[in-house]
Amino acid sequence: MRRTALAATGAVLVLTLAACAGSGSGSGGSSSGTVPVPTDPSKVTGTITVLTNRTDQVQDGTTKRYAAEFAKVYPHVTVKFQGLTDYEGDVKIRMNSKNYGDVLSIPNSVPLKEYPTFFAPLGTAADLSKTYDFTDHATVGGKVYGIANIGTANGFVYNKAVWKQAGVTTWPATPQQFLDDLKAIRARTGATPYYTNYHDGWPMTNWGNALGSPSCDPAANDKLADTKEPWAPGQDLNVVDSLLFDIVHGKLSESDPDTTNWENSKALIGTGKVATMWLGSWAVVQMQDAAKKAGRNPDDIGFMPFPVQKDGHFCSVVRPDYQYAVNVHSKNKAAARAWIDWFVNKSGDAQAALSISSVKGSPLPADLKPFQDSGARFIHLTNDKTALVDEIDKASEIGINNQDYPQHIVDVARGAAGGDKDSVFKDLDAKWSQAQGTLG
Amino acid sequence: MSAPRTAGSRTIARTLPPPDATRPRTRPPRRRRGPRRASGARWFTPWLYLLAPLALLVTFTWLPVADMVSYSFTDWDGLSPTSNWVGLANYTDLFTRPQLFQVFWVSLFYLAASAVQICAALYFATVLSFDTRLRNLFKGILFFPYLINGVAVGFVFLYFFQPGGTLDTVLHWFGAGPHLWLGNPHLVNTSLAGVSVWRFTGLNMVLFLGAIQSIPPELHEAAALDGASRWQQFRHVIAPSIRPIITLSVILAVSGSLSVFEIPFIMTGGSNNSETFVIQTIKLAFNFNKTGLASAAAVVLLLIVLLVTWLQRVLFPDERVERS
Repeated sequence: MRRTALAATGAVLVLTLAACAGSGSGSGGSSSGTVPVPTDPSKVTGTITVLTNRTDQVQDGTTKRYAAEFAKVYPHVTVKFQGLTDYEGDVKIRMNSKNYGDVLSIPNSVPLKEYPTFFAPLGTAADLSKTYDFTDHATVGGKVYGIANIGTANGFVYNKAVWKQAGVTTWPATPQQFLDDLKAIRARTGATPYYTNYHDGWPMTNWGNALGSPSCDPAANDKLADTKEPWAPGQDLNVVDSLLFDIVHGKLSESDPDTTNWENSKALIGTGKVATMWLGSWAVVQMQDAAKKAGRNPDDIGFMPFPVQKDGHFCSVVRPDYQYAVNVHSKNKAAARAWIDWFVNKSGDAQAALSISSVKGSPLPADLKPFQDSGARFIHLTNDKTALVDEIDKASEIGINNQDYPQHIVDVARGAAGGDKDSVFKDLDAKWSQAQGTLG
Repeated sequence: MSAPRTAGSRTIARTLPPPDATRPRTRPPRRRRGPRRASGARWFTPWLYLLAPLALLVTFTWLPVADMVSYSFTDWDGLSPTSNWVGLANYTDLFTRPQLFQVFWVSLFYLAASAVQICAALYFATVLSFDTRLRNLFKGILFFPYLINGVAVGFVFLYFFQPGGTLDTVLHWFGAGPHLWLGNPHLVNTSLAGVSVWRFTGLNMVLFLGAIQSIPPELHEAAALDGASRWQQFRHVIAPSIRPIITLSVILAVSGSLSVFEIPFIMTGGSNNSETFVIQTIKLAFNFNKTGLASAAAVVLLLIVLLVTWLQRVLFPDERVERS
């Protein structure tokens, strides 16, 4: 009996393994032609599914409204939405099958070089880059695979009232000045000068996005590919991480980073219990909402650039938010393409969220007006070597856009992990150059 | 320590002798109707019953494990439709990076906590097996934490450990100063292991209680008649009788300590010195797209757990308890 049992299960195992191997190698992207925006809306038919991380919009009916408006232009297309709370995790796993919606936001974990495997080309880079910003973030081999709806500038969200109370009215122009201002806030107000959002982690990933701001260099990201020691003194990452380190080391942040709470942080800054947080411009609206809900003045929430000036100007890096793409396996590519086109150009979603629309020539949102007035420059990073930089980043297990990396800096800065600022940077440099060597 | 993975096979129930074993049978045994069928035709009948559980077992346990083992020999990134066979490269990589194994120090905290947990569970099980007042209520209260979803437990204790949270407030009444329970790198693992004890003590207790209750009452009575104290009853009657269950709990505790995941992942995400081997593996697979390497790490963890279990069986063989 036992022998037959073993034999039977063994047979089942072998069979299933074989089945797996069969399905594993079969799938793969067909290099189908580009999907142009349909010229005659009345001829486009089908039902498309849009995967979105904006579960809030699905719940409050915003998506339904968009679908209804879209249906006025494209009467024969039905749009359905799937809101995913763990967008990155869920979609990444679904991308192993063919069933990942018709329109989706490209998950951050998909390496650029694999875009053609999963997404249909939306047009040539030469064409689309005339109309849209950030197309180079999704360009492989001269074709664009994703179009962003919005871009976000990076900077510090701050409570103007608290900063004023501490006697600071002008934006600090050097990291040292910034630290001094935080110290003034600690001394003169009851507020926590800086809030890390260490526990939730993902808000911290924005520290990696500061790359490019100190040097005001659009090629900052590309240069990482050839820089042996990106954390050497004077380099962008050194300046950025030093600031984070010094804030925490100087006890200018909350006392227990391990119990921070993102949702709660909005109310904290809205009511002036927290003065500053490093985030993207997308966060301003949410913080203003929180201030309103708490009965405070939403205009107290402001946005300031990274405290370094180059030739007398602040620089803020503008990065695309999620880019929308068409599933390469979609049966209704034309309808899907039509949706992306309509959503980015006509839906008004970017304006409603006070975000920078990726459509060229769109006016800047109101919350970035002070940036413009101060002469701050908005720079777009070039993406000539993004794929290589990504690979080095993954191979080195540093994860410039992962939460572990800034979290570790916070740990060291507050004495919770061994080492000091120099040893952390040396360690990062070593990992980086070693990974460069292996990929060489 | 962690939730048992072999839930079905863990309670080794000791059946009491049937109550009517000594009495004369009132009914004669029924006679089989009809001629006996050829046994060959029905050989598959038990397999039919086993079909559903086996299908589930193969689909959700063996197949993923087989896949995992096969991924561990490739450089698959978790996404790409293609991957290359790299042989043992992942394993070489793993074993040439000792820092990857440093996280096992964290497991020692959980191992120590399991010892506390098993002792506490034994104590409560023994006490509640005697005629204690409100014993069912206490059983319920002690078992309750195990019924709560691990994610909920994590969130509850996040508030519990917050600066100025419940724990600090209570300690303050007794004059103890506030601590950064999760923020202090020397305290964080103790705090997390404490949560684990709170969560799993009830489960161990129920297992022990079940085993204790299957000890024939005559033994207790005899011991009581001989004037044995409660401690002596525990030492010489209860403990030897439930030894297999204790051994099993220890094995589960050790393997659980090596593969702690839920509580630290939810409460700290592995930050601040609380990273365990499983959290590290997850990060390798999903943050750095090294699914091949992560699979190798998982295989290694599986082998370590098997090795530890085997060692335990060799060093402390399960003696048959003779009872007559």
